[in-house]
Amino acid sequence: MINNYSTYNENSYKNGVDWITILIYACLVVFGWLNLYAANFNPETKVFFSADAEYFKQLMWVVLTMVLAGVVMMADSKMLVEFAPILYIFSLVVLALTLVIGKEVNGAKAWLGFGSVQFQPVELAKISTALLVARVMSRYGFKFTFRSAVQLFTLLLVPILLVLLQNDTGSALIFMVFILAMYREGLTGHILCLGFVCIVGAIATLMLDGWIVMLACLSLALLAACVYLYHLAQSKLLFRSILVTIVPAALTALALYIMEKPIRYDLLVVVAAVCLSVYLLIIALSKRIKYISFILMYLWMGICISFATGYIFDNILQEHQRTRINVLFGVEEDPQGAGWNLKQSLIAIGSGGISGKGFLEGTQTKLNFVPKQSTDFIFCTVGEEWGFAGCTFLIVLYLIFFFRLIHLAEKQHSVFSRVYGYCIVCIFFFHFAVNICMTIGLMPVIGIPLPFFSYGGSSFLGFSLMLFLFLRLDKDRQELIR
Amino acid sequence: MALVGLCMLGRLAYVQLIDNTYQLSADSNSRRKVVQYPSRGLIYDRNGKLLVSNQPVYDIMIIPREVHEFDSLDFCNTVGIDMPTLRQLFQRLRQNINRHLASVYKPSVFVRQVSVERYSMLQEKLYKMPGFYAQRRTLRKYEYPAAAHVLGYVGEVDDNAIKNNPYYASGDYIGVSGIESSFEVQLRGHKGVNYQMVDVLGRQKGSFRDGAYDTLAVSGQNLTLSLDIDLQMYGEKLMAGKTGSIVAIRPETGEILCMVSAPSYDPSLLIGRDRSLNFPILSTDPHEPLYNRAIQGWYPPGSTFKTINALIGLQEGVVTPETKYPCSYGYTLGHFHMGCHGHMSPLNLRQSIQHSCNAYYAYEFRTILDNKKYANVNEALDVWKDYLVRFGLGYRLGVDIANENRGFVPSAPYHDGVWGKGWPSLGVVSLAIGQGELLLTPLQMANVAATIANKGWFYTPHAVHRIQDSTIDSLYTTKRYTGIDTAYFSVVQDGMELAVWGADAGTARGAQIPGIRICGKTGTAQNPHGRDHSIFMSFAPKESPEIAISVYVENAGFGATWAAPIASLMVEKYLKGEIAPNRKYMEDRILQTVLNDQ
Repeated sequence: MINNYSTYNENSYKNGVDWITILIYACLVVFGWLNLYAANFNPETKVFFSADAEYFKQLMWVVLTMVLAGVVMMADSKMLVEFAPILYIFSLVVLALTLVIGKEVNGAKAWLGFGSVQFQPVELAKISTALLVARVMSRYGFKFTFRSAVQLFTLLLVPILLVLLQNDTGSALIFMVFILAMYREGLTGHILCLGFVCIVGAIATLMLDGWIVMLACLSLALLAACVYLYHLAQSKLLFRSILVTIVPAALTALALYIMEKPIRYDLLVVVAAVCLSVYLLIIALSKRIKYISFILMYLWMGICISFATGYIFDNILQEHQRTRINVLFGVEEDPQGAGWNLKQSLIAIGSGGISGKGFLEGTQTKLNFVPKQSTDFIFCTVGEEWGFAGCTFLIVLYLIFFFRLIHLAEKQHSVFSRVYGYCIVCIFFFHFAVNICMTIGLMPVIGIPLPFFSYGGSSFLGFSLMLFLFLRLDKDRQELIR
Repeated sequence: MALVGLCMLGRLAYVQLIDNTYQLSADSNSRRKVVQYPSRGLIYDRNGKLLVSNQPVYDIMIIPREVHEFDSLDFCNTVGIDMPTLRQLFQRLRQNINRHLASVYKPSVFVRQVSVERYSMLQEKLYKMPGFYAQRRTLRKYEYPAAAHVLGYVGEVDDNAIKNNPYYASGDYIGVSGIESSFEVQLRGHKGVNYQMVDVLGRQKGSFRDGAYDTLAVSGQNLTLSLDIDLQMYGEKLMAGKTGSIVAIRPETGEILCMVSAPSYDPSLLIGRDRSLNFPILSTDPHEPLYNRAIQGWYPPGSTFKTINALIGLQEGVVTPETKYPCSYGYTLGHFHMGCHGHMSPLNLRQSIQHSCNAYYAYEFRTILDNKKYANVNEALDVWKDYLVRFGLGYRLGVDIANENRGFVPSAPYHDGVWGKGWPSLGVVSLAIGQGELLLTPLQMANVAATIANKGWFYTPHAVHRIQDSTIDSLYTTKRYTGIDTAYFSVVQDGMELAVWGADAGTARGAQIPGIRICGKTGTAQNPHGRDHSIFMSFAPKESPEIAISVYVENAGFGATWAAPIASLMVEKYLKGEIAPNRKYMEDRILQTVLNDQ
C-alpha cells in the first residue's frame, strides 16, 4: 500500500517543518486570543486568572493544542493514510451518537459533553472526511469518472446528512467546499460552473420574481445559441430558433387570454424554454453539435434552481432562516429580532472607524450588545477596537496564510498530501469568508466560527490539528504517500 | 480568494470609514445618562421671609424582574394605598411593559410621591421587598397659604415643552405659571449628569470612564421678591368673599408690594399628587380662582381715568388748571346726555377730580379731540392714544409674572371700523370718563397711580427684587417717561387729595387715614356683567409717596363704598404696620361682607 519512492531523508524534527506557516499561525492565534480577551474584558472586574473566563479557558486549550500538535508532528505520516477510513467511520459514529446523546446549544444538537468539557464532533468529521477524500483521490490511477464522482459525493453526503439532522446548517455547508479541492484534481469545471449558476440563480430568485430569473436564463441561453449558430453560419436556424421560442409563448398567452385565465409569466417562459430546448436538441442531434447540449444544461439548471429556491424557501427552510435571508436582502426589517445581530454587529464594526477605539476600549463588543460576541461575532471586536487598519491586517494575514498553504500543497509530491492541503485550505477559506461576510452584512447569518479567533476549545483544537496534520505531511513532502 | 478579500475590505471601508451612522448609534447604545436633579431655587419676600421651599418626597421604583413574593398588604398600608389600587398599578405596569413603555430590567416609577413619613416606615421593610427601591424627588413647599397667583405652580412638563426645549425630559418639573414660570431658567438650576455603562439589558455596569464626563447638579438661584407677604395676606383677607384685585406698587422703584387676585386658592393644593386631584376642582369653579385678575383681568377704568385725561388736556394746552366747565346733572348736547351727580358748578380742574364730574371731562375730552392743531379727530385721537401708551396702557407692561394681558386702548382705525370713517368727537365721548372700549388691567391701573405719584415717570412694575448671583433685567431699572410736565401732575395730585380730604365734599372721603396724606380717585365702571365695578386708585403719602395702589371689586357698586376703604386699609397696613383701633369698624365691615355669593 505504501510505496516509498524516495530515499528516507534524514530530516531532523526541525528542518522539514514549514516555519513560515507556523509563524503566520502563531500571529493569528495571538491576535485572536487578544480579541477574545477584549471581548470578555470587564473594566469593573479586572481579574485575569479566573477559571470561568472564556479567555482563560481558551488559553488552556491553546496549551493543550500545542502539546497535541507536537505529538502530531512526531507521528508517522503514513499512518494517517492508513487510519483515514477508520477515522472517518469513527467520526460518523460519533456524529450519529451526538444525535442521540448530544446536547442542544442554540437550537443545534451538535455538542457532546464530557463533564465540563464540550466537544463538537463535526470538527473531527471535517478532518477525517478531508483525509478520506484525499486517500480516495490518491489511489493509483484515480480518474474522475461518473462512478468515482458518485463515490466521492457519497463520502461527503453522509456527514452532511448527519450534520443537517443535528440542525447545524452552517457546518453542513462546509463539506461542500471539498468540491473545490476536487476541481484542482480534475473534476469537470461544469460542476463548479453549475454551482455558480445555482448560487446566482438562487440569490436572484430571492431578490426578484422567479419568472424574471427564468426569463433571464432563457434569454441568455437563446443568445448563446444564436451567437453559436451565427458562428457556424447557420443564420436560417438562428431565425427559426428565435421564432420557435417566441411564437408558442405568444400563442399560450393568447389562449390564456381567450380562456379568461390570469396570464402566468413563469408558465409562458417554461413553454418557450421547452420549445427552444426541443428544437435545439433536434439540431444538436441531427448536426452533431455537442456544444448546444451544454447550453440546454445551464438553461434547465437555471429554471430548476429558480423553482427549487422558491420551494425550498417557502417550504423547507425554518422560520429563523427565512428571516435571516430576508433581512440580508432588505426585504424585511427586524431590528429587535434577526436583524438585531447584524445591526449590533455593524454598529460595533462601524464605530471602529479607521484606527479603532484601541485595545480594551471597545464598548459595543463588551456588555453583550453583540450577541455571541466571543464566538461567531468575534470579528466585531477586531472591527471596533482595531478599526479598518486592524481588519485589513487580519484579512491580509489570512490571505497570506491561504496562499502559503496553496503554495505548500502545490509543492507536494504525493497526491494525498496535495488533496488534503487543498481540502483544508478550502475549509479555512470557507469559514473565513462566511464568518466575516456575515458579520459585515454581505451574507445571511450562518453560525460558523472564525478559525483561531472564535472562542471554543474543540473548534480551535480541530482547526489547529487540521493544520498540523498538513504540516506533518508537508514535512515528508519529498515522499510519495499513498 | 483575493477577490473575496477585496469585497470584504470594500464593505469594511464603507461601514467603518464612509457611513458614520453606525458610529453615532454606538454611543447611545452603551452609555446611559443618569440625571441628577438639582433642587429648585427658594423664594423669599422683601423682608426675607421664606415663601417657597422644597420638600423631599420619594418615588417608589420597581424593577419588575427582581420582584419576588412580598407582603402586599404591608406594602399597601405603609405606602398608603389600598389593595385594588395596588392591583391597578401592577396592571398598568404590565400594560406598559407590553407596549414597550417600560422594561422588566429597568426601574420605572411604581408609586409616585410618597411622603417622608411613609418612606421612613417603608425603608425598614424594603429589604423584604426585593425589586423595590425609593428615589428622592423634591416638591415645592409653600410656607404661606397666600400669593398663589404671583408664585404660580410647578407641574410636570408636557410634550410640547419637551419638543421645544432640549433641557427637559419626560417626568421633569417645570414652572407653569407666575414667578415659577417666568423665572423658570433661574429657579430650575442645572441638571447634573452621571454617565454609566449599561449592558444590553440596561443593567448598570459601572461609571463611564471613571466619571470624567459627569457633571454635578447645580441648585437653582434663590429669588427675593418685592412682595410683602404680610400685606399680601392682609389683602387676601380683605378680598375674601369678593371678586376682584388689589395691586400695590412702590412708586420710586416699581416694585410690586402685593398682588391680590380674588378669589384665590392655597398654593399647597397644587403640589405633587394633589394637583391632579385639585386642579379640576379649581379650574371648574365658577369664580375662576386660577385666573390672575391682577394681570389678566380687563376692566374699564371708569372715573379713575379722568386723571389721565386731565393730564393729557393740560399737556396739550387745551385746558389750564383754572379752566372751568359747567355741569347741570350731566353733559347735554342736542339729544345726547351723559349723566352726573349733583355738585357745585362750574368747576375748575382740581375740583373736577375732587367731584369726579362727568360733564367737565366730556367738554375737556372733546377739546382734546377737536384740537385745531390736528387735521381731524382721527389724528387727535392717535395723539391721545400715544399718551396712553406712554402710560403703559394698551400693551403689556412687561411685568415679570407670566401671562400678563395687554388691556385695550382703541385707536382711530378701530373707531373707523366701528363707526365708519368721519366719526365725530361726540361719538367717542365715553372715553372721557373711562368707559367705552377702554380696558385696563388692575396692574396697569396701579402703575398709573405710581406714575402720578412719581409725577411723570415709572419703572416697569416687577415682583422680583433680587436674584441670587445675578441681577434683574435692565427693563426694571430703566425709567419710562410719559412726556407730560411734572407741574401738571401736581395739579392732578391736588385734585386727588381733595377727593379724599376735600372740606366741602369729595368722592373718596371713605379713604381717609388719620395722619397720612393719602390721595385717591374713585371709579365706578359700568360693565356688561352686572352691577358696576367698584374701583379705587390711590397713592400715599402725598409728600413722598411710598405706595401706589389700585383696587377693583367686581360688581360691587360705587368705588367709594368698597374699593376706597379697602385701599385705605391696605395703605394704613403698609405704612403703619397695623390698623388703628378706631378704624376696626371699617375693617370688620369689609371682612364680613360677601359680595360674590351668586
